[in-house]
Amino acid sequence: MDTSEDILHQASPDLVRGSETKRAAKAARLSPSFISWLQAGPMMLVFLAFFLIPLVFVVIVSFWDYNEYQLLPAFSGRGYTDTFEGCIAQLPELCTIGKTYLMTLKLCFMVWAITLFVGFWVAYFLAFHVKSKTWQMGLSLLCTIPFWTSNVIRMIAWIPLLGRNGLVNSGLVKTGLINHPLEWLLFSEFSVVLALVHLFTFFMVVPIFNSMVRIDKSLIEAAYDAGATGFQTLVNVIIPLAKPGIVIGSIFVITIVMGDFITIGVMGGQQIAAAGKIIETRVNALQFPAAAANAVILLAITFLIITMMSRIVDIKKEL
Amino acid sequence: MKEGRPRSFYVLAVFFAAYVLFLYGPMIAIYVLSFQGPQGGLTFPMNGVSTFWIAKLFQGTGIVDLGAAFRRSLLLGVIVMIVTVVLSVAAGMAFRRKFKAQSILFYSAIASLIVPSIITSLGISLEFRIIDDLIKAHWNENFETSMGLLTSGLGAHLTWTLPFGLLIMFAIFNRFDPRLEEAARDLGATPWQTFRHVVLPIILPSVIGIGLFGFTLSWDELARSSQAIGAVNTLPLDLQGLTTTVTNPDIYALGTVISAVSFTVITLALGTIHVLNKRQAAKGSDAGKGLV
Repeated sequence: MDTSEDILHQASPDLVRGSETKRAAKAARLSPSFISWLQAGPMMLVFLAFFLIPLVFVVIVSFWDYNEYQLLPAFSGRGYTDTFEGCIAQLPELCTIGKTYLMTLKLCFMVWAITLFVGFWVAYFLAFHVKSKTWQMGLSLLCTIPFWTSNVIRMIAWIPLLGRNGLVNSGLVKTGLINHPLEWLLFSEFSVVLALVHLFTFFMVVPIFNSMVRIDKSLIEAAYDAGATGFQTLVNVIIPLAKPGIVIGSIFVITIVMGDFITIGVMGGQQIAAAGKIIETRVNALQFPAAAANAVILLAITFLIITMMSRIVDIKKEL
Repeated sequence: MKEGRPRSFYVLAVFFAAYVLFLYGPMIAIYVLSFQGPQGGLTFPMNGVSTFWIAKLFQGTGIVDLGAAFRRSLLLGVIVMIVTVVLSVAAGMAFRRKFKAQSILFYSAIASLIVPSIITSLGISLEFRIIDDLIKAHWNENFETSMGLLTSGLGAHLTWTLPFGLLIMFAIFNRFDPRLEEAARDLGATPWQTFRHVVLPIILPSVIGIGLFGFTLSWDELARSSQAIGAVNTLPLDLQGLTTTVTNPDIYALGTVISAVSFTVITLALGTIHVLNKRQAAKGSDAGKGLV
């Protein structure tokens, strides 16, 4: 297309040759692997300093001792024994930590089931029913924008709707369906699950949508031609092919809910105990080893769940 | 469309519309409520319409020192945005070749995304406490703390924004045609010239998307900041602190102001991306136009 190099060559041959040798020299100085290190190194350093080393400290500190106001760097299992206090003595009753984890898992399961259902059908609609690319972009954006706004605001947004004198209650009282405002609408398990679904269905929609748009449409036509009903196509073609997205979305939602303490705190009126909240409470009491011990337990359980789920699908291949 | 739409289309369209209403309805409710009259309370119906509560925030007589927290969050957001864009683009370029530690970086990013935020936050706070103790013990007894907005706070936010940046870069380079770079090299461009004049203009819209994620995720970040931010609070932390004690629409006004910043940034970013895409479509290719 361009002959500028030729022209340049005619005009001053040395210039081009000069720049080539210079380039060759530079390439020799910077080997490709060195350039890769230069490019990826800074991000690696950030993860090292602010993620990997901190995790190591969490594990180390979980075995330290502590008193009312400070850390004592000496080996002790107190963080763990304090956490599991009474677990054997109270059998067959569940101890506090057992009850807390049961509650966390229960919330987790409810949120997972609802976000999966809602996320699947939202993604299905976007991927298969919206035909024009512009509409698809626009509607996906519509689902994404709330993700870029504040979670706390999206939580407190439920207060005027669900509160004692909120829209839902006053509406129900006015229509005569109930006599007294419902108390369980706000600061309850219900509102926690509602808010978590509200905040995190997005994490389900995106990966499932991603898997679905990659499905070759001719496969669905083939299923139709072979006489499959809509339901059969869904179960035997679409769901298996969307499975990677479903698994990735599930991992996101489950790990977020397992570690959540803010939504559960705000929407549960600080009354519901959960795995993440124990850590927060311990930190506020300056019992860092106990907080770290709880973090290690939470990490182990989360890791277990992810390992089980990633057996089903190779995450790296899907990105 | 020649065939009529199937019935499932209408069912799912209603479902989708309900989901969007569910997403936006509550948010819109508090934006409206922040314009309550001075006598207004926390719920509907509106008791007059005024900008009383929003004005109160800006006078600084309200619940929090809005100005200071606002400036802190903005500063942190902008720095996080810049660092996220630069590091993600650089690392994204590195991933196009094989290099040692490639999978370590990849799995670190994924783990950083899915390890519960409270654990990362606790870890950073422990790390900085231990550093503080070391400094106090060995160098300076009067040392206060190394924790702060732009040390531990910045690090905590980056562990959240960088994975998103990296994943967006993967998505970009999945669709990127490497022949464009070969062409540039054949025409004698240096690696830097190739990046600056060929690669960067093509990926720029998505790079702005990374910036959008970087800023908005930092601007609203809460869980990771909670233990790692040090003595001062960011705006979302102030807002969270208010949730247990609110009795008047102050909190909605604060929510509306925070959201206004988010929506301004989102609009600016999406607008820029749109203009850039338009321009690429108009000028990007001279294929089929014959020889000049």
